[in-house]
Amino acid sequence: MATTGWDEFEIGAMLRTFEGEAGDIAGTLQEDRNYTENSSFTASVADWRIEKPVFNKDFCIDCQFCWVYCPDISIISRDKKMIGIDMDHCKGCGICVEVCPTNPKSLLMFPELADEETEIANWPAKETKEK
Amino acid sequence: MAFDKMELRDIEVWDGNFAAAQALRQCQVDVVSAYPITPSTPIVEGYAKFKSDNYVEGEFVMVESEHAAMSGCIGAAAAGGRVATATSSQGLALMSETLYQASGMRLPIVLNIVNRALAAPLNVNGDHSDMYMVRDSGWIQFDAFCPQEAYDLNFIAFKVAEDHDVRTPAIVNQDGFMTSHTAQGVHTMDDDTAFGFVGEYKPMNDMLDFEHPVTHGVQTEEDWHFEHKARQHNDMMTVVPAKIDAAFAEFEKLTGRKYNQVEQYDMDDADVAVVCMGTSVETAREVAKEMREKGIKAGVVGIRVFRPFPFMAIADALKDVKAVAALDRSAPGGTAGALFNEIAGSLFNTDSKMLLSGYIYGLGGRDLTKKHLVDLYTELQANADAGKLLTKQQQYIGVRGPKLAYL
Repeated sequence: MATTGWDEFEIGAMLRTFEGEAGDIAGTLQEDRNYTENSSFTASVADWRIEKPVFNKDFCIDCQFCWVYCPDISIISRDKKMIGIDMDHCKGCGICVEVCPTNPKSLLMFPELADEETEIANWPAKETKEK
Repeated sequence: MAFDKMELRDIEVWDGNFAAAQALRQCQVDVVSAYPITPSTPIVEGYAKFKSDNYVEGEFVMVESEHAAMSGCIGAAAAGGRVATATSSQGLALMSETLYQASGMRLPIVLNIVNRALAAPLNVNGDHSDMYMVRDSGWIQFDAFCPQEAYDLNFIAFKVAEDHDVRTPAIVNQDGFMTSHTAQGVHTMDDDTAFGFVGEYKPMNDMLDFEHPVTHGVQTEEDWHFEHKARQHNDMMTVVPAKIDAAFAEFEKLTGRKYNQVEQYDMDDADVAVVCMGTSVETAREVAKEMREKGIKAGVVGIRVFRPFPFMAIADALKDVKAVAALDRSAPGGTAGALFNEIAGSLFNTDSKMLLSGYIYGLGGRDLTKKHLVDLYTELQANADAGKLLTKQQQYIGVRGPKLAYL
């Protein structure tokens, strides 16, 4: 890509989303779509993030709140089961953690370089409500 | 929904604004997104009336500013429509940010600029300050000297801009009031002939092609911006001039009216010449003829295509002339006038020994009279006879007070 000259791309700084025709896009999962290398799905913006959410499936009730609220469509859910986070597109805004209703939360924010397994091993215990 | 055709006489009495509005109707423009400003308002008002009266199948979008007007045009053009608008002066200044978007996105919009002075002091009359302000915006710029040309050049502008090898927006300039509000006989084309010249709009990379989704208006930083701007310039330099010539030739075949990137009048044996734009060309042509009766071999060069600037054609037109005046109708703001600089640049590495002097004239609609031009040609002849410039390189004509001369 870095060697592409001025005469080698389409005019107008215009980018195509898919190679070829879009086809049945609504009925095709993201990972099965034929995205171009220029599409925002292919491009990683992980380096925009300074804090990251860590997902602990032990407490998740698959309510889909995080999936609904994520502003970057970065919660990966299949068949109504939360399976993880798209770390190429998550900006670390923390909204998923805010809206998570479980106790303890199934999603918590940590510094970008924190070790995921260590944080899950040290996950906070259930909070007891004071009467 | 079908639209009605309009019966036109072979020659109609139209001013430049109405001629341009009729051209927009005959091209069946899909979207006009516009905000009114003197003296260009009747162009978009005319299109809106044609639409209300069912002479156009399109959309007229009323917006809150000229910035929004061109933004609407950009959206409509990216969506895949034939798009046009019009503005002047302050409106163009507000629109200027979006002009660079349109050209960088390679959207073939046609913009009619009815040339008017820029404030301050506020002024609604004609000069070329607005045309000059956006000269490096990446738009093709045509210049009409009279209502007939305002009509004709709109068709040519669509034809060139929409070509898939060009895909670059185009401006059609006409002088505020002197052309826009002066009614003259205009030779018309009937609706079918006119539409046949521009043809059905052929979309390219349009957002409404759902099978091929595209992102328009992307961001590129130091990694890609330079390549895109290089491509734009390359196409202006190498593709557009030939496409303009081809459109001029096809238009001549259709109508008998011949256009050239550089218009030359009495230039075959000229010793002295005036280079100018807009209605001044017609005044200069009249004076040149009168000078010839007095024994001065005077000629006139009119710039029909201001961008891409016809560098080589100008050099060729002026190579044997002894003394040339570049007439700039815009306050140069601390340098030589734009035409002076362009002409000087085109002749610099050549064998021409031409004596070039620049004149600033006509700001804010100040008349350029025949008397001014008689004096000018006389001054040029004196330069030619002396074999050197007898004046400073930059002078003002038609301004009250002590004589202004610089450089």
